[in-house]
Amino acid sequence: MNNRTIRILVAKPGLDGHDKGAKIVALALRDAGMEVIYTGLHQQIEQIINTAIQESVDIIGLSIMSGAHMPICKKIVQDMQAEGLDDVKVVVGGVIPFQDIAGLKEAGIDGVYPGGTPFEEIIEDIQSIVSGAYTSPA
Amino acid sequence: MGVAKYIKDEKDAVKEVIYQSGMRVKPVYTPEDLEEVGFSYEEDLGEPGEYPFTRSLHPQGYRSRAWTTRQYTGFGTPEETNKRFKYMISHGQTGLNVAFDLPTQMGYDSDSPSALGEVGRVGMAVDSLRDFEIAFKDIPLDRIGSGLTINAVASIMLAMYQALAEKRSYPKERISATPQNDILKEMIGRGAWIFPVEDAVRLVGDSIEYSMAELPRCNPVSICGYHIRESGATPAQEIACAFGIARAYIADVSDRGIDPDAFVGRFSFNFNVFGNLWEQIAKFRAARKLWAKMLKEDYGVTDKKKLFLRGLFGGGGSGLTKAQPENNIMRSAFYALGAALSGAQTTALCSFDEAYTIPTPRAALLSLRTLEILMEEVGLRDTVDPLAGSYFIETLTRQMEDKILEEMKEIQDVGGMVSAVSKGYIQRKVARQAYEFEKGLQEGEYIKVGFNKYADEGEDQPDVDLHQYNEAWADEQVARLRSLRRERDINAVKTALKALEQAAQQKQNVMPHLVECCRAYATVGEMAGVFREVFGEWQEPQLF
Repeated sequence: MNNRTIRILVAKPGLDGHDKGAKIVALALRDAGMEVIYTGLHQQIEQIINTAIQESVDIIGLSIMSGAHMPICKKIVQDMQAEGLDDVKVVVGGVIPFQDIAGLKEAGIDGVYPGGTPFEEIIEDIQSIVSGAYTSPA
Repeated sequence: MGVAKYIKDEKDAVKEVIYQSGMRVKPVYTPEDLEEVGFSYEEDLGEPGEYPFTRSLHPQGYRSRAWTTRQYTGFGTPEETNKRFKYMISHGQTGLNVAFDLPTQMGYDSDSPSALGEVGRVGMAVDSLRDFEIAFKDIPLDRIGSGLTINAVASIMLAMYQALAEKRSYPKERISATPQNDILKEMIGRGAWIFPVEDAVRLVGDSIEYSMAELPRCNPVSICGYHIRESGATPAQEIACAFGIARAYIADVSDRGIDPDAFVGRFSFNFNVFGNLWEQIAKFRAARKLWAKMLKEDYGVTDKKKLFLRGLFGGGGSGLTKAQPENNIMRSAFYALGAALSGAQTTALCSFDEAYTIPTPRAALLSLRTLEILMEEVGLRDTVDPLAGSYFIETLTRQMEDKILEEMKEIQDVGGMVSAVSKGYIQRKVARQAYEFEKGLQEGEYIKVGFNKYADEGEDQPDVDLHQYNEAWADEQVARLRSLRRERDINAVKTALKALEQAAQQKQNVMPHLVECCRAYATVGEMAGVFREVFGEWQEPQLF
């Protein structure tokens, strides 16, 4: 088991400015002992990926409240694959209908936490995703 | 959020009640409580319609006029939005409040790469005056007022509304637009900001100064405690922050040599109603009194009408839940009751499906009917400020005044709102509070029915008909934009944009130039692009 501290980039992609969820989760993850870098608002996908590289994060956590999670998630996964960032995981939270979760996972997202997901669940899930104990459905 | 903390014993008796703003509430209030706070009808309340307006701005309250209903409305193309406007008006809505999509709010055209996936999603796409012409088709601009929920580019939208009125032959003195235009609250808790703080506040000042002279029936700002509360502020902080923001905008305009007396009467507010009913009512009564006092004592405003705290008190989204969404219909009804008992001039509700996405016509209509039933059936028009004199409410109102003043002092002590927001002080504070509340909710310290008490078993998703985003809207909007660019007089556009750029560079009032740009069918992206060039973009302070 890897006991190294998890480094996570909490990111707000796109134009949506509702950041309460991102900030709350960032504070919860920090209280759980993770090293959290928060990007702030209005990030382009390219910026998020660059910051993730610069900060050597284990995982990116996107927060999307506007409903645009599908196009954004598909693009970031594609761009990360193009950059060869296979070891950096991606999770997403926000205003995400239950029926979209399967599609997001198929697109390569490792964890989906619609608004209201308990902190413990997010924390444990991120820990197992990063430690590689998590296996996605084939 | 917003619910009180209830500490109960093993028999479910309520031992302690602690409001979000900090007060502890007793089981019983008596005349002694009023004596203890030194309550005086003349000092604390005054007659309805008389200073300090605690009871009401108007002597007869809702007896003279029911509240204005303004459901937040807009999505897709201007045609779609026009249809929904007409639908709501046909069902009795008395004012408009326009929702714009994110590219519009952030100053991007619908075909900008930054707009991808967002055109028409959270509101209506507006690229130019042509879109306003379509959106407001058949709407009588001299009889219906339009709230424009727009902030970073509010100056552009206000100018566009004036240009629209001209096209439709309405004198600009007759139109009533209320651009939200509160950039400081964006920086705290809504996020649709673009430019650095100083320039952004100056744009607000420009619209106020211009509106004073040219658009006498417009309300150039709607200062929003609403979003600050949504972000984690307590009710008392909501008012304190809003008043702090008002002070910042007043300062910007008065620094131009203009007496606050000349413009402050057209300030309006947008406040939040959710969570504990009594706390909200006390908050609004205290707020009316403190606003009037502040204007009179700190700014020397004497004209009665200019001391009014005119506000939209609207049902807050964070009170609602995704789980068991129909509960939100009842929640919103109680919030609306709170708004009515507080004497709101204008009101609106989040619709029951809004935890999922923007409302369906049915959900929006249910919100409107809630507001109509209160006014028409159950007695909220009967008499002014019906709770006045209540031992509990009057004690609580006085306590709320003290809390608000305490919070206002804290803001002054950190240098005022512009400084506090620039440094991230308010943002960090409300984020921490929001986190603590969320933790409390997850640990069962606060109860939300259907969420952590009386919740459904299993992962069954509620059967809710949802508004569907239609990607064809984006294609349609982009096509219209492209044909506009071909059809308009590009030289007129360039000339107007050049003049706008010069005004922005020289820190002159940009409004007349924006009107000129809009008349020439310059696009939102072009006009905001000029500002981006000249002002640059804000760099947010760090969260931690």
